[in-house]
Amino acid sequence: MNSEINMQSGTADNGVNVQALLGAREALTGAREAARFTWRASSQWVRGTHTRASVEGFHGLGEDQSHRQAFVFDIDHPEVFAAEDKGATPVEYILVGLAGCLSAGIAAVAQNRNIQLRSVSATVEGGMDLAGILGIDADVRNGFDGVRVHFEIDADASEADIAALVAQSQKRSAVFDIMTNPTDVTVTTSKR
Amino acid sequence: MTRNPASSRAVDVVVIGAGHSGLAMSAALAARSVDHVVLERGVVANAWHTERWDSLRLLTPNWMTHLPGQPYAGNDPDGFMSAAEVAGFIEGYAARNGAPVHTGTTVLRVAPAAGGYRVHTDGGDWWCRAVVLASGAHGLPAVPRITAEVPAAIHQLTPNNYHNPADLDDGGVLVVGASATGVQLADEIQRSGRQVTLAVGEHVRMPRTYRGRDIQWWMQVAGLLDQRIEDVDDPERARRVPSPQLVGTAERRTLDLNALMDAGVEVVGRFAGIRDGSALFSGSLRNVCAMADLKLNRLLDAIDTWEHASPDRLRVPPAERFAPTRIGSAPRLRLPLRGAVKTIVWATGFRPDYSWLDVPVLDARGRLRHNGGVAEAPGLYVLGMPYLRRRKSSFIHGATDDVAELSQHLFDHLDQGATGRSYRLPTRSLREQRTYGLEAAVINA
Repeated sequence: MNSEINMQSGTADNGVNVQALLGAREALTGAREAARFTWRASSQWVRGTHTRASVEGFHGLGEDQSHRQAFVFDIDHPEVFAAEDKGATPVEYILVGLAGCLSAGIAAVAQNRNIQLRSVSATVEGGMDLAGILGIDADVRNGFDGVRVHFEIDADASEADIAALVAQSQKRSAVFDIMTNPTDVTVTTSKR
Repeated sequence: MTRNPASSRAVDVVVIGAGHSGLAMSAALAARSVDHVVLERGVVANAWHTERWDSLRLLTPNWMTHLPGQPYAGNDPDGFMSAAEVAGFIEGYAARNGAPVHTGTTVLRVAPAAGGYRVHTDGGDWWCRAVVLASGAHGLPAVPRITAEVPAAIHQLTPNNYHNPADLDDGGVLVVGASATGVQLADEIQRSGRQVTLAVGEHVRMPRTYRGRDIQWWMQVAGLLDQRIEDVDDPERARRVPSPQLVGTAERRTLDLNALMDAGVEVVGRFAGIRDGSALFSGSLRNVCAMADLKLNRLLDAIDTWEHASPDRLRVPPAERFAPTRIGSAPRLRLPLRGAVKTIVWATGFRPDYSWLDVPVLDARGRLRHNGGVAEAPGLYVLGMPYLRRRKSSFIHGATDDVAELSQHLFDHLDQGATGRSYRLPTRSLREQRTYGLEAAVINA
């Protein structure tokens, strides 16, 4: 199916089990229902702009799954927003998600192409005009007006091959897709 | 429609479609005196007569346009045939071979029958031992479901019902898709004075000429067009790769996104949907352009490497590289449709029409399962599909090698009867080298 498998005998080790990923791809091609995952998070408002969220369970491969442990995230706003700064802002979590997703993709693609990575550093910036969320100007959107990612990569590969790694990781990235394409969002409410 | 009184006739092979592929197969069958008919819903080369826009020319130079026993015989080997010229070329081939074409015969259903197939048509039925599907890859435009959400005031067209810019209302035009079709239509509509917005997803960038020769010449001599489906990383993907951004013109101009932007076309990301009366475009434009630029350079590297290694070094100009695709500082993400856009042209590709095929060989998405043109039903074959057996399979001259091999399989089928045989073609060992234009998918959640 894929000549890159042949390079499994190569020497690069980025700590990614590409064989398992390719096996999953093959298995899930024939079992599309198992490929349907649901990712979940839950949150509790604490006080002010501080909310604490956690992730633990998710659904996939036809059954409920869970992380090895619950991961907890404090979400707040900085003091310049007259908040208490108990955690990163929600939009910073988005940037964190993008960096994590693209970097994981780079590692996997590099492993698949037998490219040894020595370092992968990313800086991610999202520009935002507060005139949107503050309702100052209806023509300004609430969200980012642009997102810029810069990768600095040390690897046994040419500049063009490194660029191709980064391009392929964007092509296969969930967070990149979530940020670049519209998503239908449903929010419901119940009174306790 | 009068029904033929002799409404069920027997023949060894029914070929469906009198285009270049079906006629090439017919010639191979005739050479072995295999009793067959070619059923054609319209006239010979029907789609070239009726479903092509006025300015369309082949993406390949005339010297590449040949069929078994019929070379290009004109006096402009480096030119590009118009649709009418292609139709004439194919008609000449049919006439010269005396192909047994039944024109004006629409196939209504193909179903298994004892020892073969029954082919129901509006001119009576045929019973046969083998069927060759040569009705083409472009039967139906593949248009996204979103078309239903387009405001009614906007005129929607597909490439097989678009003729020329004069068909269009005055006002803006959104062209969705940047394969050869999309870039050609965007270019001519922009030149007609209508502002074009071109929505661009993954695409294949190519210069018309490279180092003084046509890019198709390089692809041919370097063996890229002969590359076999068994040798590519991901055959599924290879068969879905859009046509390259090429146009056949006398001045041999390159029609990439930079050229379109120079002409005033606004380039935006992949069409992502309609919300609140606006078309939304993906923010992935930079990446799809970066990928196309990288793949172009990989192709040129492969050509340079081949040229450098070729024993009779060609007297060609030195290697060159093209400017990266220029994307402005903030590509448009939404376009209000009311007012600004009068027409949407869906240049989003085609799919074959198998609505009449009542044989269980289609997958869940309606695609024909086949191995190099041998369908998973004894005696059923398909021709002329993208990368059917080789990269050139969808080219006119690609029919020659595909028909030579598939007709041999078909003859074996007829010789051996229909029992206990393998429908698998031998597959080649996978090559270790990365293949141009193909990226293996890697899961990355």
